[in-house]
Amino acid sequence: MSTLRIPRLRSTPLEARPVISESSGVRRLLVGASLAFLLLFLFLPLLAVFASALGKGVSAYLATFSQPDTRAAIRLTLVATAWAVPLNLGFGLAAAWSVAKFHFPGKSLLVTLIDLPLAISPVVSGLVYILVYGLHGWLGSWLAGHGVKVIFATPGIVMVTVFVTVPYVARELIPLMQAQGTEDEEAALTLGAGGWQTFFRVTLPSVRWALLYGVTLCTARAMGEFGAVSVVSGHIRGRTNTMALQVEILYNEYQHVGAFTVASLLAGLALVSLAVKTYIEWRGTHQPEVGS
Amino acid sequence: MEGVFKWRKPLLPGFGITLGFTVLYLSLVVLIPLSALFLVTARSGWEGFLAAVATPRVTAACRLTFGASFAAAGINAVCGFVVAWSLVRYRFPGRRLVDALIDLPFALPTAVSGIALTALHAPGGWIGRPLAALGIQSAFTPLGVVVALTFIGLPFVVRTVQPALVDLPREVEEAAASLGAGRRQVFRRLILPAVGPSLLTGFSLAFARALGEYGSVIFIAGNLPNRTEIAPLLIVTKLEQYDYPGACALAVLLLLASFVLLLIINLIQRWARRRAGGEV
Repeated sequence: MSTLRIPRLRSTPLEARPVISESSGVRRLLVGASLAFLLLFLFLPLLAVFASALGKGVSAYLATFSQPDTRAAIRLTLVATAWAVPLNLGFGLAAAWSVAKFHFPGKSLLVTLIDLPLAISPVVSGLVYILVYGLHGWLGSWLAGHGVKVIFATPGIVMVTVFVTVPYVARELIPLMQAQGTEDEEAALTLGAGGWQTFFRVTLPSVRWALLYGVTLCTARAMGEFGAVSVVSGHIRGRTNTMALQVEILYNEYQHVGAFTVASLLAGLALVSLAVKTYIEWRGTHQPEVGS
Repeated sequence: MEGVFKWRKPLLPGFGITLGFTVLYLSLVVLIPLSALFLVTARSGWEGFLAAVATPRVTAACRLTFGASFAAAGINAVCGFVVAWSLVRYRFPGRRLVDALIDLPFALPTAVSGIALTALHAPGGWIGRPLAALGIQSAFTPLGVVVALTFIGLPFVVRTVQPALVDLPREVEEAAASLGAGRRQVFRRLILPAVGPSLLTGFSLAFARALGEYGSVIFIAGNLPNRTEIAPLLIVTKLEQYDYPGACALAVLLLLASFVLLLIINLIQRWARRRAGGEV
């Protein structure tokens, strides 16, 4: 069985070296068309978030953050992220170590499985957790009998956030560690280093940028996940709302300034994650010894 | 295991524990929940599946989802190609910033994209008002669905085509030009075939992503059953009505579609790799 993989997308280092160039008219036309398309579909939506958030002034903007519901939503988002990122970081390291450093049958199936959550609609991700942990699900009534509530409660939100962010760290580490091979680790072991020592002193430093890259993508997705969380949340105000869900609730209640205020915070976080990602990519292309 | 496979004792430690943890984790987090979906669908049988899927509301939702996703992926294939081309080949002010912002739709939470696009396209919005003057309404119509799906699929084509454009051997282009080929001929005979597989991959990725998209669409779509209701939203609606078999049947349909697309993407990649290997 061969591996099914979802290609990883990267920005490409831009170099200005147009050897054969179109006439300046064609050039201007194409650049103009590109910028017009991006203006309509990229820049205006981003601008609209901040413009609508600040439309009624700074005091209205800040007032949203003093609402207890908004604060609770921020807290729940941080809780879900604080579970999802370390868990999937640990998983990513373990998966990359076993897949990249050893040979075993069924490896391609395993690698395919790791990518799977990326190919699944967020709504379906939430649905499958309801099937297992919901009141009518496999474990739901047993759990309810023991006083444990998963769906429409914090555990369910944490679990689906973990589910949708499973692939991010592993996908970055596996190809890099495969390319690096095992020589360095074998040398360290031969020289008398222990297993953990080899891991922390040899393997981890050589993958640290890929690791940071994966963690950045994982964090951004965990904080912003909407569809999957929406399905298992139950939308209980102040209890099971994350920031993304709070955006929806405020918007549907016609509290547009509030909705866009929370949205602007999420957009700000997204821009930070883009900046970190761009920096790591830039580093990778300017420092060849760091894996890309 | 040792008996069946030729087993060279690995030099590195930790194989058993890391593989064991990986398999356990994947089973608990991914495999068991997903198998629940297929078991619930299987329990209602083939007739149950058909009965759940072959209703006018479901077919209308699927038609909209597949149609709008295809249209959005098509728009992205054309516009994304032009954007990638301009970014790789031309120099213009703000080029690096524009390049870095291409990934914004991946980074921005879908609910945020959803309300932002709705605010823009609503009748009084920055884009909605000029469109209304032209007699076009985008918000709360199928066109709005296409707009949202175009937004979330935007990075795929740009990011898959960019590396292919960078890798184009300039010498071949120059040689063709010096032998008298016009720009149009060079584009059609050299550039398009070389970039084709990446373009197809980007298109398929954008299409697959759009099929399952929920958050960015539900605000701008208006969500009228049979008209502007997408399939993922219908899954949520069925869940809220405790129609689990119905929700599962539709989910399986979406899952199969994205699995087929994933298969196609991998076939394209393999074909492109083999072709590149044969040429270079």
